[in-house]
Parts: sequence; structure tokens; C-alpha cells
Amino acid sequence: MDELQIAQEMNRRLFLSRSGLGLGSVALGSLLGRDASGKDAATPEAAGGGAVGAMPGLPHFPAKAKRVIYLFQSGAPSQMDLFDYKPAIRDRRGVELPDSIRMGQRITTMTSGQKNFPVAPSIFPFAQHGESGAWISELLPHTAKVVDDLCIIRSVQTEAINHDPAVTFVQTGSQLAGRPSMGSWVAYGLGSMNQDLPSFVVLLSRGRTDQPLYDRLWGSGFLPSRYQGVKLRGGKDPVLFLANPSGCTPELRRRQLDDLGELNGLRHQETGDPEILTRIAQYELAYRMQSSVPELTDLSGEPKSVVDLYGPDVQRPGSYAANCLLARRLAERGVRFIQLYHMGWDQHSDLPNQIRAQCRDTDQASAALISDLKQRGLLEDTLVVWGGEFGRTIYSQGALTATDYGRDHHPRCFSIWMAGGGIKPGIVHGTTDDFSYNIVEDPVEVYDLNATILNQLGVDHTRLTYKFQGRDFRLTDVHGKVVKSILA
Amino acid sequence: MPPYRSIVASSCLLAVLATPAGRAEPPSANFSRDVLPILSENCLLCHGPDAGTRKADLRLDVAESALRRDDPIIEPGNPDESEFIRRLTTDDADEKMPPAKSGKALTAEQIAILTKWVDDGAKWGKHWAFEAPVRPEPPAVARPDWARNAIDRFVMARLEREGLHPAVEADPATLVRRLTLDLTGLPPTAAEVDAFLADHSADAYEKLVDRLLASPRYGEAMASDWLDAARYADTNGYQNDFARTMWPWRDWVIAAFNRNQPFDQFTIDQIAGDRLPGATLAQKVATGFNRNNRTVTEAGSIEEEYRIENAVDRVETTSTVFLGLTLGCARCHDHKYDPVTQDEFYEFLGFFNNVNEKGVYTETRGNVPPLIAVPSAEQEARIKRLDAEVAEATDAVQKSEAGLDARRSAWEETLRSEPAPADSADWGLRFPLAGDLKSGGTYRGQGEPTWVDGPTGRALALDGQAESHVDAGPGWKLEPADPLAVAFWVRPLGDGACLSQMDDQAAFRGFDVCILEGKVTVHLIHAWPGDAIKVKTKDALPRAPWSHVVVSYDGSGKAEGVKVYVDGEPAATEVEADGLKNTLASDQPLRIGRRSASLPLKGELADVRLDRRNVPAEEARRLFQATILDVARSADPDRTATRKGLLARYYREHVDRELPPLTARLAALQAQKAEVEKAVPTVMIMEDAPTPRPLHPLKRGQYDLPDTSRSLTADVPSSLPSLPAGVAHDRLALARWLVSPENPLTARVTVNRVWQRHFGEGLVKSSENFGLQSEPPTHPMLLDWLATEFVRMGWDLKDLHRLIVTSATYRQSSRAPAQLVQRDPENRLLARGPRFRLGAEAVRDNVLAVSGLLADRLGGASVKPYQPEGLWEELAGGAGEGPYVQDKGEGLYRRSLYIYRKRTVPHPVMATFDAPSREICQVKRARTNTPLQALELLNDVVYVEAARSLAALMIEKGGTAPEDRIAYAFRRATAREPNQDERRVLLTGLTHYLEAFRADPAAANALIRLGERPIPASIDPVELAAYAATAGVILNLDETITLE
Repeated sequence: MDELQIAQEMNRRLFLSRSGLGLGSVALGSLLGRDASGKDAATPEAAGGGAVGAMPGLPHFPAKAKRVIYLFQSGAPSQMDLFDYKPAIRDRRGVELPDSIRMGQRITTMTSGQKNFPVAPSIFPFAQHGESGAWISELLPHTAKVVDDLCIIRSVQTEAINHDPAVTFVQTGSQLAGRPSMGSWVAYGLGSMNQDLPSFVVLLSRGRTDQPLYDRLWGSGFLPSRYQGVKLRGGKDPVLFLANPSGCTPELRRRQLDDLGELNGLRHQETGDPEILTRIAQYELAYRMQSSVPELTDLSGEPKSVVDLYGPDVQRPGSYAANCLLARRLAERGVRFIQLYHMGWDQHSDLPNQIRAQCRDTDQASAALISDLKQRGLLEDTLVVWGGEFGRTIYSQGALTATDYGRDHHPRCFSIWMAGGGIKPGIVHGTTDDFSYNIVEDPVEVYDLNATILNQLGVDHTRLTYKFQGRDFRLTDVHGKVVKSILA
Repeated sequence: MPPYRSIVASSCLLAVLATPAGRAEPPSANFSRDVLPILSENCLLCHGPDAGTRKADLRLDVAESALRRDDPIIEPGNPDESEFIRRLTTDDADEKMPPAKSGKALTAEQIAILTKWVDDGAKWGKHWAFEAPVRPEPPAVARPDWARNAIDRFVMARLEREGLHPAVEADPATLVRRLTLDLTGLPPTAAEVDAFLADHSADAYEKLVDRLLASPRYGEAMASDWLDAARYADTNGYQNDFARTMWPWRDWVIAAFNRNQPFDQFTIDQIAGDRLPGATLAQKVATGFNRNNRTVTEAGSIEEEYRIENAVDRVETTSTVFLGLTLGCARCHDHKYDPVTQDEFYEFLGFFNNVNEKGVYTETRGNVPPLIAVPSAEQEARIKRLDAEVAEATDAVQKSEAGLDARRSAWEETLRSEPAPADSADWGLRFPLAGDLKSGGTYRGQGEPTWVDGPTGRALALDGQAESHVDAGPGWKLEPADPLAVAFWVRPLGDGACLSQMDDQAAFRGFDVCILEGKVTVHLIHAWPGDAIKVKTKDALPRAPWSHVVVSYDGSGKAEGVKVYVDGEPAATEVEADGLKNTLASDQPLRIGRRSASLPLKGELADVRLDRRNVPAEEARRLFQATILDVARSADPDRTATRKGLLARYYREHVDRELPPLTARLAALQAQKAEVEKAVPTVMIMEDAPTPRPLHPLKRGQYDLPDTSRSLTADVPSSLPSLPAGVAHDRLALARWLVSPENPLTARVTVNRVWQRHFGEGLVKSSENFGLQSEPPTHPMLLDWLATEFVRMGWDLKDLHRLIVTSATYRQSSRAPAQLVQRDPENRLLARGPRFRLGAEAVRDNVLAVSGLLADRLGGASVKPYQPEGLWEELAGGAGEGPYVQDKGEGLYRRSLYIYRKRTVPHPVMATFDAPSREICQVKRARTNTPLQALELLNDVVYVEAARSLAALMIEKGGTAPEDRIAYAFRRATAREPNQDERRVLLTGLTHYLEAFRADPAAANALIRLGERPIPASIDPVELAAYAATAGVILNLDETITLE
């Protein structure tokens, strides 16, 4: 079977799916295999941007953002050392955290045995930046330069107090395993805008004191597994098993696929099972990915000015900086949901030293991504989110000295930022008390954050549902309010 | 080229089975099958069981409210007068039900059904799945000859109603492959295919079924499904995801399937085997079913939170697997659809509320209690043997001990007849400490010194207080080259210096002999630590009895010049500082029981001696023995308790020839036994705490919000049959209730899952949910017949499989005409045989078997086959157990159900083909078709090596002609001969690959080198590589990975 015939077959099938015949959509454009049920028939014309594989009726309303880049900072960055400036307690090092602030809220068993809860003000100077005058710590000099493009939210709160449930909660809307991740919800709802790449891509980088991550964070839960995130890895096989085995030349592989396609075609004639046609198409998509993915991950064509923007680390495959640049390239190619994870923010002790190093690894590239997207006009319809799974305590875990402290997990408030994709730039949303312990103004639940992200994609979070175990499930469960005041 | 246009030629928009009944005729309006699903889907969210969200005080899930006579909304027999129907049909947006904002709307057909139901008298009933199945008679059909058993009559009746005809029987080659893959997860061998094709007896097929059901591979194949349901894995699943050992439970499951344990017993053993009277080890192991849930080890986690989550997981798993109910939906509020209240959820949780476990095992690796050791047969035999040997050795020791006193008395007698030994050489300084300090020294502690019974008479007792010591005079000004000897009896009750002449303030200049952590420690110091010797014994002195210590230094300045003798024998030592160059002299006096300021001794001392010479080993021994012999020769009345004990111990350890070897043998056997026991795996099991925990409902489902004003008792939901009167409401009662004949769900749910295995979909598609929101069965009567038949057959699983696979329905060809595919894409009507992609395990196992690589060992610890490097580390997921260490040899080729299942980083060969991560219970897998699967089958080393291995078989066993070799491989993969077109494609392909590799032999060499199996030396690399390319095509065929 030659390419032309495959193309004809695909066009025919695309036509069939447009006409609503429930034979299942062929995966033009995402890693859409279909499951045997064929129940996810697609109406490709529905989604904006020529998307394929979207659910009927989606987007629900015109989207502000076509895609999302989520820069997940795993381990929980310390909000009062980065964004949540607390001058009122600058001089109160070592005083006991007042009961009126702690209010008996639960704390982890790592510090619940501590006799004292001495306040540890950040030792890092803060300054105001940009026209918006947002306060940013000296740890983030590059982020400070793009602050007018950011909407900093200092009032996110979560329900979980340990890493595993907390990261799972942010990414899937439930603390327990089993629910689809945000990226898979988006891939399921909105389909893909690219013929040759997955619609949900995951990029990982290691930090300093790493807490482990779990495949479930980009898993598809009860959604068909074709919606799960595809992990791009640093190194020679960016997608698992992408490269031909040594000794198998591209010509040989092409010939094998031609033979295979013809044989499968013969079998389809014999059995009449349309699943075989899908299999043929998937082998062809796999073949195309063998060129589209290396092209994607090959940074050699990037001009020096761009590479320099991301900092020297960008040359190291698998680094956060390299992943940020890859994220931009994925965004350009229409990948719908680009999920980065950077590990290493879990600073229970030696926080000042560790967070310095952690910021050195991430600050420049995060800011570069914003500038780079902006100068290409992509920031407008790309929603960038930076944030972790919870905050950290104002009181020191372990000994507090003039230059050293640690911080335990703190679910009651933490800081994130969003940019682009129809979010108001240059604003700060939400206020915490003088100890960055409780939210005093504009609390944002994780559900609200997720509802807002979906909203920017043109999705009503209450209407993106999937029936499982007899119930209509959604990312935000029965919660979530779009944070209207941060929308442009 | 095949003419694709001829397939699915039409784009007509046929409705694809909008409802299972196909609805060609006027609606039937059976309450449970037709009406209740509509109410459930559209009305119950606001008019259902959940009191919290109920509107207008109206329930449409119970007759008392829906058919109420007070302010009635339904007039039976009179739809026109019924408010219920009016609200569905009104144009008034304010009155219309369901309200627009709910997003729900009824179709005209649904309204017609509800109207007809009211018209027919609005007969109320229960949701079908909550009524016990009543065994139906197989229906009469027009073509009874087609039916091989009752199943076919039910299927045929439906086909006739739909105007469809069954397909012809599949050809024998297809059948033998279908059946073998289905029942064993592996393909038939060529010989098995041949044997079946050659068997023309009438019951050839039935014999094949029997053979496969008797194969141990059957248990492995069935276990794969059950392990998903039971969320079995090899790691604990949270955070660091530490390893655990649950594979003995997995092996129990395989064995249970293979010995065809009836499903009711299988259930009881797993839910409550530990509660059975006289529970066997196997029954306790079986309860591992409900310990397979994930467990938290993350530091900082809160106990009660995860104790509750564990219990909730067990409720959800147990209710899904056995009842097909989503009880978890009632955790935070009453169930929205099914008749399960929030209280009933917690009552059900009550069965799992008393497990004797903690919610959090902080950073604990391996299994967590309750657990039990599960020795292999071999280990069990060894332990039994060792037990006997230990008993025998213990006996010998005891007997020998009984004669010890007599032997000692005889020895004492001989000693008395010998002349008294002379005391050893004179010592420069001697402090007998025998009840006074007359021969020298001043007590510096509070009050008078304390004297106690000692080995040589009296002894000095020191209490470890800072000042409690004896100033023993000026001592000597020692230089590094001066030899030095120290001897004393000591009974250490704590640490401290026995003798010293040391200045703590001057970098510890001087010497000491002290007890540190029980060990005799010698310091010779000019300046600590650079100019010093420190030597300590490897073993600690015994705590209670007296020991005799001699230290001798030869003046060499080296640690090796220091010898320590304990009870007359040289003691093994270790060196911590080695090199004394300058003087030891200071102004400090000699001290007994302390340094100048530190290390006050807690303990007793006697006969302290000091000399400036090197004491030989012989003298050290004699010095110790002198005391012993002195006791032995003394008259019995003169012996104090201490001296008696000293003598007894000496005799036992140094003189007696009989007891020491017996004691040594006993110790060796005990050590052996401990070692064997250490290697015995454990498995986590269920076990209840002795005191029941109080059971309260949790507000909003939160662990920290128990409603302590109300106490609940473990129980089953009231909408299902109740527990028998008079039984304790414990797990055993629950287990027996699950498989009681009255239970309307368990048998249906189980036969449905078995059906799903054979046909790809269950009769009830939502095999995880049989509640009101479930999809109604396509063949309700067949489901009920199978459920009742299953119970009638004594819950015999093999009989159930046999019944299904010997049906004409199962034996149909899976060939599907285009119209049928359009009409029934999922084959729910069963007008053709099953055709679907193999499950993840079978995809790999099939290829391993076809290529001759499969290692068929059954059971044992999980294995780690090929996996791309770095997968664990990327997620920091190696944190829990280090990097993935790939197996060598057999472990690379074992069946996939033995692959190590790390929950947070699933193995790609499993995850890519839809195997779940086993974090939660899952009774049905998706079956996707993705490019990642293509990449895996084309490029993963396991499949590249398999292609090469199949190529070697083609060349070695497939004949000499290329066509024959191709046919050989094709048959191995598909059980059938390739047709002409297929031969042509493969042969021209092979020719092409041969040319390509001839032109590039380096490529050939590179390709065949992949994988750990040695390359057959007898085969030309170019030929092997070319055949490997062809074999790769064959292994990637859709047909190869598909059950047809």
C-alpha cells in the first residue's frame, strides 16, 4: 500500500467521521487511537483552530487560549521567599507563631511534634518591579523583568498536606488515584491541532531535593488511555521506542511498513473489521512521528539570540531550560496541553541555599518562555501557568538561625502566576495575612484555578464530563468557580 | 492492491443501536428495564435517594413518593391526568421537567415509554439488578438446530427479533487459536494446531476445551484479569512507592484458578479466610486480596486520614468486584441514583474498620503488618528438619548441663590433690581493693568507699558519680618507649575508666584503660588524636559477671604493641589511633575509677596491678587462672556466691570437654534456622484488632469529621437481602452474604465478567456498575440464565467457561460484512464471533511464544524484563528502591503477569497496551489502538529480539525454501497458512531485505545483536537479519496481536 492510498483511505475515513458515522475517528492529529467501543465519535469542525477529535459542542464558547503550558514546580516553592512579600514580620525572627494565626489548623507529623513554631521571615530582599510594581524577591531577577506580563495569585489554597495527594489533586482534581489528569481532559474535550504530534505532552526535569512524581499525574484515569500525556524524554529516544533499532535503516523500515500495511489491508478485506484500518493509520502516524518528533526536539535551528534568552542550561537535554524552549516549540506546533514538571522545591531544611540553586535553575528559562512567546505573538492565545502543589510554613522546621531555616508543607495559601491566554497581565490577586499563613482576601481553590484554565480554553468546566460508573465525572468534581476578576 | 472502496461503501447514517432493544416496535414499558433507566438518568439527581439535594420533597426512586395518593402526580392508567406526564410535555419553560439548566432532556421516545407505562397502570418495581435472578426457560427459536446449548437459544432469539442471522462457524485453525489464546493467554503450538485439524471426532472441540482448561496456563490467564480487579502490584503506590511482597498472594490466585476452586469459596477465602474456623495458611494468604490497596509511607502523613482511605478503598473494591456497585459514591452524601444512603456506606465500611493496621507506616520499606510468612514447600521442609535438629541439640545441651556439677566436683577434687600454683611475678604497684585502702590510695568520693563481694575476696564498688574514684598516688612519669602492664578484675555496670593517669585538659596526655560501650579500651596519649594510640576490643565484656583484664604495652609506640587479654585469653582488637611519639608524663596522679575529670566508672573493681614491663600471654593466663584455682581449691563453705559463679563459668567454658561443642552445635543450628526463616517471603493479610474500633459516619466523608453522636454497626445496604439473623456482623458474614443464593448481584456480575473476557464486552457493558445508571443488559434473560446456571453448577468457573466457549455463539466466524459492522460495530448482538486486540499481557506473551523465547516457569517473585533505561529515575521514582535492575536470562522471557508492577511508573509494555497501573480496582480495560503501540512493537528490544529469534527458527526449522520458511513463521503467528497474496508480499519483502542487508552487512550485524540471547553462530548474519525483518512484519500483523 503506498502513501497515496493511505492518504485516500484517511480522507475517506475523515469524511465518514465528519458525516457522523460512528466508526471512530482516525487519529489524524493526536494520538487518538480509538477504543473498540467507538463511542468517541468526533466532530472535527467543532473545535477552533482546525482541531480534530474534539467532543461535540466544544469549545462551549470562544476560547481565549488555544493551548496551555503548565510549568509545574513540584515539591512546593516557598511563597514568602519568592512572591508573597511580608515586611510586617521582617523583624520578628524567632518569635512564636501566634495561636491567633495558627488557629489549630492541621500540620504534618513532621513538625507536629515540634515544641516551638518560631517565625522565620524570608532572608531575601524584595523589590518592586515593572509598571505594576509587584514585589518580587531577589531570587527571581528574570521573572521580575517580565512581571508586567504576569498575573500573580498569592491566595491559592488546597486541601492536601502531603506531596502525593497534593500533586495528584492539582493535576487531576482529586487527591486519590484514578481520575484523569487535566491535560487528558483537555485532549479529550478539545482534540488536537497537530497531525503528527500528541495533543498532550509531558516534559520532566530534575531539581535538587526531589520528591518523586507518578505516571498517574498525566494519566487518563477512566478516560480512554489515548488521552494520556505522552512523555518526551531528554536523550536519543524523546518518545519511548521512537528510534528504529540499530541496523534498521529508514528505507528498510519504510519497506516493512509498506508490506505490513498491505498485509493488514488484505486482512481487512477478509475480516471486514474497521479496527484494522485504524491500526494501519496508527502505524503511519508512528512513522510520521519518527520525523516530526526529532524535528521538534532538535534545537540546532534556533537562533543564538533565542537560545541565549533561556540561559546556558538550555544546551543540556532534559534540563528545565531545554524543556521551556521545547514547550515553546510544542506550542508553535499546536500541541494542546504542554505539561512541564520541575522537581526539587521541597525545602524542609537548608532552605536558603537550596532555593537559591533551585531559582538559578528555573528563573531565567521561565521568564524567557514568556518573552519568547510574546515576541512571536503566541502569548496571546497561550495560557502559561507557574505553580506547585501547596505552600510552605512561615515557621521554621528545625533550627532557625540568622542564615538558615527550613519550612514544612502549608496548604492554607500559596503563590502561583499565570500569563497570556486572556489573563489580565500585570496584576496581583489575593492577599494573605502578615505571616503568609491564612488568606485574608480572594481565596482561590485548586478547583477554581482548574475551572479558570478550562474557561480560557473555551470550556465550561461543569459541562466537560465523562460518564463512568454511572456518574458524570468532571475535572472540578462538584466544585469550582472561574476567577472572573483576573480575566482580561 | 486491495480495492478499499468496496468496504463500508455507504455513508448512510444508520443509528447505531441507540438502545439495546433496537426499538423498531412500539415501546415496551417494563418498569425496571425501560422506565427506571430514564428516571435514573434524568430525574434522580433532584428526586432521588439523596435527601441533601432533593427538590420538592418528591422521590421518583420509591413508589411511596412517586405513586403517593396524597397530592398525586401519577394517575395509573391515565397519563392525561398525570402531573408527571404534563411536566414532561409542557411548553412552559418554568414548569418543564427536567429543567433546561440541568442539561438533561427527554427524547420523544422516552416520553412515549413513560406515557405508556402510566397508561399501563404505572406498575412499580425494583431496579432489575436488585431482584434475584429467576431462571428463565431458553426461548423457542426458529432455527433450534443452530443451538449447541442454551446460550445460543437466547442469542438466536435476539437475532431473530433483529432480523439477523448468525455467522458460520469459524474454521478449525481460527478456532484452535481463538480458544487457546482465550483460555490460556498463549497461542497454540504448531503441533497443537495440527493435532486439532487432524482430529475429526465429533467431540474434538470439546476435548480441546478440556485440555486447555486443565493446563496450568489457564490459571495464569485468569489471574491476569483478577489481579486488575484486586489492584495487585509489587509496590505500595504512594510517593516513594516502596517495594512490597504480595506475589505469594498472586500465586495463591493462580493455584486457586488451576484447581478450580468454586467461586463462592474463592470469594470467602479472599474476603474473610482469616475468620474461618481453623483457617489454613492458604486461607490467610488469600485475604491478601484486601491488602493489595496502596499504603502510605510519606513522612508527615496523618494516620487516621489514611486508615480511613484504606477502608474506603476496600469498600470500593469489594463492592465493585462482587456487587457491581459504586458504593464509593455514597461516601460524602447519599447515593444520587442507587438506594444506598451515606450511613449505609459507613455500615459497609464497618466490615473493614477493625483491620489491625496503621494508616501510615512512615518511610517503611517492604510489607507492613498484619503479615504472615509464606514458606515455599522446600523452605518449609528445611525449617521442619532444622526444628527437629534444634530440638535434639537442645536436649543434648540440657542433658550435658545436668551433669555439669558432678563433672566439676570431680575436677575440683583432682585440683586439690595437686600442689598450689605460685602467684605470678611481682608487680610494681598493687591495689588489692580487698575491703580497705591500706596498701595505698585515697577515696575521693562522698563518704566511705563501698565494698562488695568480689572474685578475690572483697571489691570496690563505684557508683559512676563524678567524684567517686580512688587517688592512687603519683604513679610513674612514662615515656613512649616505656613498656607498661595493667591488670584488674572488673564487673562493668556502665562505662568509665578503670585505671588512668591522664590529664584531660592537656589533650588527654597520659594513659588509661577504660570500658567504653562495654569494650576494653586503651589510650596511650601525648596529644589526642595526632600523637596517640587507641586500641579497643572488638567484643564487649559481659555485663553482669566478673572479667579479668590484662593490658600490656611493649613500648614500641605502635598500636600493635598493645595486647589485651580477657579472662586469660588474647582478645581481638581494633585500632583507632596508631602512633605515640612523645611523653605520657603529666602532673596528674594515678586514678582508679576515673580520668582526671571524665569517665567516672560505674562498676566494681578488684586486684588492680600495674608494672613497667611487657607481660607475656602466658603470665596473663596464669594470673587469671590463679584466682580460679584458688577458688577451686578452697573449701566449699569459704566460697562466696561470686566466687562460686566465677568457678562454674570457668569450668563450663574452659575446662569441660563435653558441653562446649554441644552448645556450639545448637548455636549453629539456630543461626541456620534464622537464616532460612529470613529468606521466607511474607505476605500482607487481613486480621482484625482485638478491640473493635467505634464506627461513626463521617461528615462530608472526611476522616476528621466523625459524627460521634451516632454509632453504627457493620451491615449491608437495606435494599439488598439482609444478613442472616443471629450472625456476628463481621467480614465472614459479609463474605458468605456475597455468595449467598439470595444475593441478586454477585453471580450476575461474575458471569458478566467471564462473558466480557470471551467476547470483549459484557452482556452488561458497564461491568463495573450494575446500579441504576448501568447500561441495561443486551440479553437480560441470558444473563439471568447464566447467573442461575453458575450457582446451580456450584460456582464452577471451569464449567462456566466451558459452557460459553462450547456455544455456537462463541464458535462463529468473526468475519463481519460491512452492513453488520455498521449496524452493530461492537458486536453486542453477537451475529458474529469475537474479534479484538489481545490484552497487554497476551500481546507480549504471544510474541514470546511464537518466537520461541517464552520461559514457562510458573509463579515466584516478580521479574524485571527489558525496560528503557532511566524510566524510574526520571520521576525520582527510583527513590524508593534505587534504579531498575534488569534481569538476566529467564527473567527477560517470563509471562507478563509476572512483570514487576511498580505503580507510579508502570512498565511500558503493559501501560502502552492499556494495562492499568493497579492503583485502584479495575474490572474492565480500555482497548486502544495508538501509534505508541506501533512504535513499541516495531522498536522495543523485546520485540526486535523476538523477530530475530523467530527468524532463526524459520531458518533452522522452517525448511530450506524461503516460501516454506515464511509459511512456517506465518503459521506460528496466526495458526493458518498464508494465502497467495500474503505469500507474495512477504516473499518479495524478504528478497528486498536480503538485498538491502547484503549491501550493508554492518547493518545486519547491528540488528541481530540486539537482545541478550546469543546469536546462532551457524547462520549467516545477512540472512538472519533479512529474515528478522520479515519476522518483524509478521509479528506486527494486526492478526498476530488479535484474537479472531
